[in-house]
Amino acid sequence: MANVANAPRQKVVISTRVDKVSTGARVTSSVRAAIAVIVALIMLIPVAWMAMTAFKTRPDAVAVPPKVFFEPSFEGFVSLLTSRRQLTNDEIAVYQQRTDLGWADQIALIRGQAITGPSAFPRQLLNSLIISGVSTVFSVGFGVLSAYAFSRFPVPGKDDLLFFILSQRMLPPVVVTIPIFLMYRQVGLHDTHIGMVLLYTAFNLSFSVWLLKGFIDEIPREYEEAAMVDGYTRLQAFRRIVLPQATTGIAATTVFSLIFSWNEYAFALMLTSDAARTAPPSIPLVLGTGGIEWAAIAAGSLAFLIPVVIITFLLRKHLLRGVTFGAIRKG
Amino acid sequence: MANIELRGVEKKFGDVFAVKPLDLTIKDGEFIVLLGPSGCGKTTTLRMISGLEAVTVGQILLDGRDVTWLHPSERDIAFVFQFFALYSHMSARDNIAFPLQAAGMARHEVKERVAQVAALLRIDHILDRKPGALSGGDQQRVALARALVRRPAAFLMDEPLGALDAEFRETMRAEIKKLHLAQHATTVYVTHDQIEAMAMGDRIVIMSAAVVQQVGTPTEVYHNPANLFVARFIGSPGMNLVKAKVEPDGARLPGGGLAPISDRWRRALEGSGLEDGSVVLGFRPEAVQVHDGGALRAGVYADDLHGGYTMLHLELADGEIIHGRAARDAMNALGSAVRFDLDPDMMRFFNPETEMAILS
Repeated sequence: MANVANAPRQKVVISTRVDKVSTGARVTSSVRAAIAVIVALIMLIPVAWMAMTAFKTRPDAVAVPPKVFFEPSFEGFVSLLTSRRQLTNDEIAVYQQRTDLGWADQIALIRGQAITGPSAFPRQLLNSLIISGVSTVFSVGFGVLSAYAFSRFPVPGKDDLLFFILSQRMLPPVVVTIPIFLMYRQVGLHDTHIGMVLLYTAFNLSFSVWLLKGFIDEIPREYEEAAMVDGYTRLQAFRRIVLPQATTGIAATTVFSLIFSWNEYAFALMLTSDAARTAPPSIPLVLGTGGIEWAAIAAGSLAFLIPVVIITFLLRKHLLRGVTFGAIRKG
Repeated sequence: MANIELRGVEKKFGDVFAVKPLDLTIKDGEFIVLLGPSGCGKTTTLRMISGLEAVTVGQILLDGRDVTWLHPSERDIAFVFQFFALYSHMSARDNIAFPLQAAGMARHEVKERVAQVAALLRIDHILDRKPGALSGGDQQRVALARALVRRPAAFLMDEPLGALDAEFRETMRAEIKKLHLAQHATTVYVTHDQIEAMAMGDRIVIMSAAVVQQVGTPTEVYHNPANLFVARFIGSPGMNLVKAKVEPDGARLPGGGLAPISDRWRRALEGSGLEDGSVVLGFRPEAVQVHDGGALRAGVYADDLHGGYTMLHLELADGEIIHGRAARDAMNALGSAVRFDLDPDMMRFFNPETEMAILS
């Protein structure tokens, strides 16, 4: 029962107290929420379809009409994570008699194959993690330092420098792949982790400097000045005041940098072959023998998607919180 | 606690002077107010004392120690910013403790000092809140606590009340003054509000266009302004300034009236070497004495009731408006003619060329 005595005289549009919100406003907000949910679901269909395909058998994956309900299978993951050998009919008969087969071997056997060892994919995924992780740390780390300098100090030729940095971003990466390929081969950076980290750091840095400069410009100078008067050096003030205040910007930049280097395809294809090969160029190569292994490709894409989802999920609080509740009042 | 000495301190941004060479000695325990319109160099001066701004030329001494080129953190001074500059990611308690942690003070001692200063400012109950959840006044108290907790040699305050509502400003003004009296700490306080300056300062430094116009106690700058700028700037409204001519019998106001001058002023004016006796006559509204037998005439242009008194706006014969204070119950119809005298002791004279006060 609504408390009439405390009810406001006018209808309230937004309130945390349900009994105070007018029916109209409640309907509107419900409709809005419903639309948001529907849009989200539509966006999620391809991802959901990919996740389903990853658990389908080969016949299910290519069935017409597409199967929405199916018996889940790890066939895709087995094809993704192992290398296999086609067995002859005689061998199949022998294998079927064996009792020492693991569950993965049994799945392979259905298709008349025997597992010979792990595939390259887990290592490529690890390469992706190392290269994009380290290059993100570098580009955000250097980015926040130079953004701070650009924001606070009278750097000579500041505007020209900033434009120069931004202009790096205007260059389509594909244009320079061949020169970089030749240079990398010359200096021995081809197919190395260091080479890829260097490259991705360079590409992300321009972006992260610009993005972070915007965030640091927003932090009032008085914050650091107060800290400096209170007995801290500039570096201490930077670490204890500026960094915590810039968390939102750092989180956003981290996610953007990570997604760029995680997804990067052209350079990875040209500049890595074996030791430092990352996941993006390898997923399409899981083509299998005698037909496209859709389930394996979907499984690879799913595995590839998960780390980014985890990072974004962990940082969601900072990404959503646009502005901090500042104690500095703009008079 | 300490005295602060500025020797020939100046600041240039490119070719523009932000502060022209300035000499100032601030005594131990003194409350100095830097007063002036925006852009006059008062905040730059304060920031140079703090070390946040480097001086272009000159020396700054703190208790005789040359600190001109020391980092702000090495000067042992506290700064209260206009917009408080509280760290929004820390609680009020951590904000206050922050300067003590810089000095590497032991945890129990930090706790004790924070508790002391919180009790002094009566903010014990809000220590665990984040600044964003505090009212303007409480944010200001936390900012003051952060400055006080370190027991610095001097306090520098940059318009600390500027961000507060008018109502709160009065309360906080009194609180800051009381704190100053209790602590007796050397304080340099920047404001553009002359009422605030008059109320709080032991001495006021009035600046305009990068130059110090006058240094003096509130009474001095109010009654004996050094030049026309100070005369106009101090007081609400400022000093009445009219062109007058000195004659043997007194000062002739525009439009004819003759105001008698005391002997003291007559001698001073004779010695000042003014050509043809042209001066700027200055007098405060309270020097105006409206009565029927007055020697001077004016028309009532407007009158404002201020509760305790009436402010009369009088129009002289040449159209110039002057302000005069009259009794609370004085009734003067608009447009009616009134007669008044000027208190000879409260008249001041300025050289119209140099705009400087003529000294008696």
